[in-house]
Amino acid sequence: MGNAHSAHAGHDDHHGAPSSIWARWVTTTNHKDIGTMYLVFAGAMFLIGGLMAMVIRAELFKPGLQFVDPAFFNSMTTVHALAMIFGGMMPAWTGLANWMIPMQVGAPDMALPRLNNFSFWILPFAWLILVATLFMPGGAPAGGWTLYPPLVLQGGDSLPMAIFAVHLMGASSIMGAINVIVTIMNMRAPGMTLLRMPLFCWTWLITAYLLILVMPVLAGAVTMLLTDHFFGTSFFNAAGGGDPVMFQHIFWFFGHPEVYILILPSFGVVSEILPTFSRKPLFGYESMVYATASIGFLSFIVWAHHMFTTGMPLAGELFFMLTTMLIAVPTGVKVFNWSATMWKGSISFEPPMLWAVSFLFMFTIGGFSGLMLAIAPADFQYHDTYFVVAHFHYVLVPGALFAIIGAVYYWLPKWSGHMYNMSLAKWHFWLSTIFVNVLFFPQHFLGLAGMPRRIPDYSTQFADWNMVSSIGAFGFALSQVLFLVLIWKTVKGGAKATDQVWEGARGLEWNLPSPAPYHTWEKAPAEAAIIQASPTGH
Amino acid sequence: MEQAGPKSPHRRLALTLSAIALGAFAFGFALIPFYDVLCTWTGAGDKRAFRKTEQVLERPDDQRMVTVEFLAELPTVGSWQFKPVVHSITVHPGRLYEAKFVAHNLTGRDTWGQAVPEIAPSKVAAYFRKTECFCFTPQHFKQDEQREMPVRFIVDPALPTNVDRITLAYTFYDTQAPSAKR
Repeated sequence: MGNAHSAHAGHDDHHGAPSSIWARWVTTTNHKDIGTMYLVFAGAMFLIGGLMAMVIRAELFKPGLQFVDPAFFNSMTTVHALAMIFGGMMPAWTGLANWMIPMQVGAPDMALPRLNNFSFWILPFAWLILVATLFMPGGAPAGGWTLYPPLVLQGGDSLPMAIFAVHLMGASSIMGAINVIVTIMNMRAPGMTLLRMPLFCWTWLITAYLLILVMPVLAGAVTMLLTDHFFGTSFFNAAGGGDPVMFQHIFWFFGHPEVYILILPSFGVVSEILPTFSRKPLFGYESMVYATASIGFLSFIVWAHHMFTTGMPLAGELFFMLTTMLIAVPTGVKVFNWSATMWKGSISFEPPMLWAVSFLFMFTIGGFSGLMLAIAPADFQYHDTYFVVAHFHYVLVPGALFAIIGAVYYWLPKWSGHMYNMSLAKWHFWLSTIFVNVLFFPQHFLGLAGMPRRIPDYSTQFADWNMVSSIGAFGFALSQVLFLVLIWKTVKGGAKATDQVWEGARGLEWNLPSPAPYHTWEKAPAEAAIIQASPTGH
Repeated sequence: MEQAGPKSPHRRLALTLSAIALGAFAFGFALIPFYDVLCTWTGAGDKRAFRKTEQVLERPDDQRMVTVEFLAELPTVGSWQFKPVVHSITVHPGRLYEAKFVAHNLTGRDTWGQAVPEIAPSKVAAYFRKTECFCFTPQHFKQDEQREMPVRFIVDPALPTNVDRITLAYTFYDTQAPSAKR
């Protein structure tokens, strides 16, 4: 496809791009096009999942049942979580990986371009299946995104649909992960040693290994649900000699690495943004790599901390409590490395930096509440309360989502060739940051006061903070309209971006013109350029 | 074909990774026998031990007398009648007894009811074993149907000695058809 075209010519941004819509956006094997499609898809899913969150927060605005019946409310919490995790976050990261990894390691494309196209196009169909259950008799799955039996087995016709959707999404992300690993292992430009790679590639490499190790375990768990429901097996059915708690063990063997799948790439993004705007190399590059790998390893031996209240033996509680707390060590290495990167740097606060710094603060808040939850005896009090909701939303929204938004602000000029409107970007940042705290911080108080999660109605003593939280939710959602406007305007036009875009940026992608040409690094970058662009400078 | 360079290393690595993914899929299933072995070995949850305790026969304690009281409640007034046949019986721990509750469907239609039990004092619940109960399944009632429904139970001889009175209360809910409620 690309062989006929030599290097990018001037600023002809779509040089070599097929002109028909079909070839450009349907059968395309170009990593940039597929990356864009992933990001647009993820954006659409964030909107759908966000609307569901608005239904939830509207219902919880006041005590009593106002707008929806409890079964539909349960569907909203379930599908909101599935949409955000499997439809929003994971495709957004895969989209960013598609765009950036080949450009960062000096490769002309992903290693397996047709597989890449296939893994994207599975997703819309998987989501069609899942979203369709909302309009079917019996409604969408309502047993929580964790799909615990026996409750989930009592659902209606949505159960097999949800399971097939999970199978498809899992297959898509496994294929995406295989593509990332093969690209990074086989397609790096000569001279791009593993320890010259930007941290985004490193964190994604480890994420990809987590994906191929745990997504199939989830596929196995939901397959067992399916056979329990339809084919008379008794994996989780006590009457037939099975054990419903067994599902939780298998699910969380997937589920805990899954949350690191969502967060590790954000560590990579933040590790690129902070040095750029501090105008200093990343502090402790190698320790960052090892910390990421340690977090990846530890994620496999902590799963039962989600299940402290199931009646584990004391030895089990202690083991999972201590290994969970151990995760604070490599995570602390990262947080201190980021702080040390900024220390005595010439810091400027362009929008990507604002998002990265607020990530650093608020992800750490989420990390601390995680440490509280790790304390097994305390967890008996916090379990299944809004404290848990506050904890994981702090690590996922001002954590992972802020990193995704920061990544878009960081690389959008490289993708589109245009600078965006800085004051609009800062309005978006400050409104989002203020409202996200108004939204989630009070949920800590609600949880500590004993408000359970996944309920459409609550006792009146929780009314005030719920109202505050709902106001934060509406404000946060409305603020995202600014983001859509900003992206639309930037793609359409704007001040011309320079090749380096940001004064302190290093990395191979900044050696390419802005906007990045349709085909890049068909001729591998020179080793001198690779060394000069590497995070450590050697 | 897409790019210059050998294709086979990509294929080889991709196949290796796919094999790892397939192995992980199998691993999910392997966790089930693995947990059985682990739990038996550590004694944390040996399924055979659970089955064994089920087969242990209770030694009835004919010296001891415990009063069991029956209460019947309805969440709303008017559409059902629900009451115990006798209000209390005296039992010996370790022996099987049967009590009956009677319900009368006055809703004017075919419908379903579900009884939800509660035992007071609540710490005694662990010693109150129901071997058969109308509360285990939804009960179908035709229009104007009235019938008695049994509960069979054993009071565990290990019941703390300071307890001489147990209250078994049922609340009977109209649930329509059990699966049509969506």
